[in-house]
Amino acid sequence: MTENPANAPIRPPEQPEAGELEAEAADGLPRRTDPRTFIVQALQTLPNMALPFAALAFTFRDNGRFALPVLLGLVALFLLLNTVFTFLAWWRQTYRVGESDIRLESGVLSRAARSVPYDRIQDVSLEQGFIPRLFGLTMVKFETGAGGSDEISLAYLTNEEGARLRELVRELRDEADGVPTGGAQAADAANASAQDTDATVLFAMGPRRLFVFGLFEFSLAIVAFVGAAAQQFDFLLPFDIWDVETWQRLVAGPGEQVAQLGPVGQVLGAIAAILTLLVLGLVTGIVRTFTRDWDFRLERNPKGFRRRRGMFTRTDVVMPVHRVQAVRITTGAIRHRFGWKSLKLVSLAQDAGNSSHVVAPFAKAAELTPILKVAGFPLPPRGLDWHRTTASYRVVAAVLGGAFYAILAVGAAGAAVYLGDSRYDWLWLVALALAAFAVFAAVRELFLWRVERHALSSRHLYQRRGWLAPGFAIADRVKLQSVDIVRGPLGRMFGYVTLHLGLAGGTFSLPGIPRSEADRLRGELLASMVETDFSRLVR
Amino acid sequence: MGPENTVDDQPLRQGHPNHPKAMRVATVLTAIPLLIGALVAEYLTAFPNFIIAAPVALILLLVVVFLPQRRYAVRGHAMSDDRLRVVKGIMFHSDTVVPFGRVQHIDVDRGPIERYYGLATLQLYTAGSHGDVVSLPGLAHEDALEMRETIRSHIKRESL
Repeated sequence: MTENPANAPIRPPEQPEAGELEAEAADGLPRRTDPRTFIVQALQTLPNMALPFAALAFTFRDNGRFALPVLLGLVALFLLLNTVFTFLAWWRQTYRVGESDIRLESGVLSRAARSVPYDRIQDVSLEQGFIPRLFGLTMVKFETGAGGSDEISLAYLTNEEGARLRELVRELRDEADGVPTGGAQAADAANASAQDTDATVLFAMGPRRLFVFGLFEFSLAIVAFVGAAAQQFDFLLPFDIWDVETWQRLVAGPGEQVAQLGPVGQVLGAIAAILTLLVLGLVTGIVRTFTRDWDFRLERNPKGFRRRRGMFTRTDVVMPVHRVQAVRITTGAIRHRFGWKSLKLVSLAQDAGNSSHVVAPFAKAAELTPILKVAGFPLPPRGLDWHRTTASYRVVAAVLGGAFYAILAVGAAGAAVYLGDSRYDWLWLVALALAAFAVFAAVRELFLWRVERHALSSRHLYQRRGWLAPGFAIADRVKLQSVDIVRGPLGRMFGYVTLHLGLAGGTFSLPGIPRSEADRLRGELLASMVETDFSRLVR
Repeated sequence: MGPENTVDDQPLRQGHPNHPKAMRVATVLTAIPLLIGALVAEYLTAFPNFIIAAPVALILLLVVVFLPQRRYAVRGHAMSDDRLRVVKGIMFHSDTVVPFGRVQHIDVDRGPIERYYGLATLQLYTAGSHGDVVSLPGLAHEDALEMRETIRSHIKRESL
């Protein structure tokens, strides 16, 4: 590893065929990040150390005349070690800008060498924190769409070097893309001008729809919230709200009147309390729905879907159609009885930290069909070959699910017998309820075996899920990232596997299918996947 | 391996023979704290001699002696011209295939133990939320580098 001057050649001359290049020869020379990096990084760890040192100083405060020297010595030692380590880390981190990729090598003891091909880089962003900014340094981030912690960043380069690297990578990336992308962009532009005139509304919700939606969004969250807030801020209240006697004193006036009414009055009081809760829950649901989804409209515009919603904070999100990786149709046990469904798009785009976008939160099936068509995920055609899970998987799931609640039920019953006091008779009720849960959990699996199925069409993979609230998931065969067949000890014993599909921005798995079916699906899916490169999927 | 070969007709390749040794060293390193913990528990409790430490030591010994070789035997990988397949796991068996066309970036990682044995771990990153990292440990360092170059050149070629 040699320190190399700033004017080192980073791009070798053009070669006729990239495949013939020896990678090592083609790459630029490795170089280090800016030397001031280690100072910045050492500085950035200081705030983290402030608290431990404060604690240390606090413990040492009574220890006489040695306290201060010892403390200062410790601080100096930590500072020295910190600087040495960050220096080593800086010394051992190099990057090079190659012919077709960027390479990073880092690590003092464990070495990591990372290679990022240009045509995987979605964008290069520059990020300046406060301390780096004082030094005129910047962090260069390469966004690959891998998401989260796997993004690659180079800390720190000078502002000029960062900007230069960004331009260079953009240039090289566009070069790596070659002509086809340019062509596609031209076609997109042509489409855009054609469709600009008819930006159609695909789905919208008026106040009436929102009201019905709000009824189904019944929520007692506000009750829980008020309770929690009361607990947090009870020191602000003039009396102790958790003290029963205080309440008795407070309601002494009206309370005595209620008591005089006798049992009838008490029952009425209970009914009134329940009604209050009910009304509170409904109002909460309606208010939340109105503020979140006010004037909800989904449009088809040249760039893709455009969704606007919200009363106080109005959001405006654009989702390019080609970024949609999969769709999910979900519902609730009660709203399903009335035919209401919700549609979510799973995509690579990360807006507001949420990777799937609700494009129709409360709609009838007929309203979803056109949206699905635009997204390129049509409902399953007739005559598909639908497959179930193995019966053994359902039996295992029923036994495990039932056993869980059954054990709890036995525990509750055992406790009731052990305590043997009529005061604890309510434990029998708990045991009974848990036993009912056990039966329900087992029976549920039986029904799930009947309804949960999957099928493969020529373009899509369909999955039907759920019994009381049946949902639906559709994945594009081409837009999958990897295929993983997993088998646990129970699966080995009873002959089933789980098929996990890598999906950008979501998960898609088919549990409890026979190995032969998993192999067949994997073969088919891989055949579709290898036809198209990732760079075609996201641009 | 039965039906597994119907997907990729290539036979599975095993990792470098040093891999079980490296796994054994790593297992020993994790076993030592457990053993110390057992000895401390032994010291603190009034049970008869070695009723805690002996079984723990025996299990750890079995794990250290036999498990690395078993894990190594179950592991395998196969690389065709457009995909990489990684098979692993005794209790929880997993069989993963990643098409090169879905690889986002490639890592070659080496921990201190791996470096001592001349090994490396190849890691393929995809955009998927499940299985976004497919790692293939126990390769000879040169093999890992060579595989990285091969995969990288495929990415390059396919997108041109």
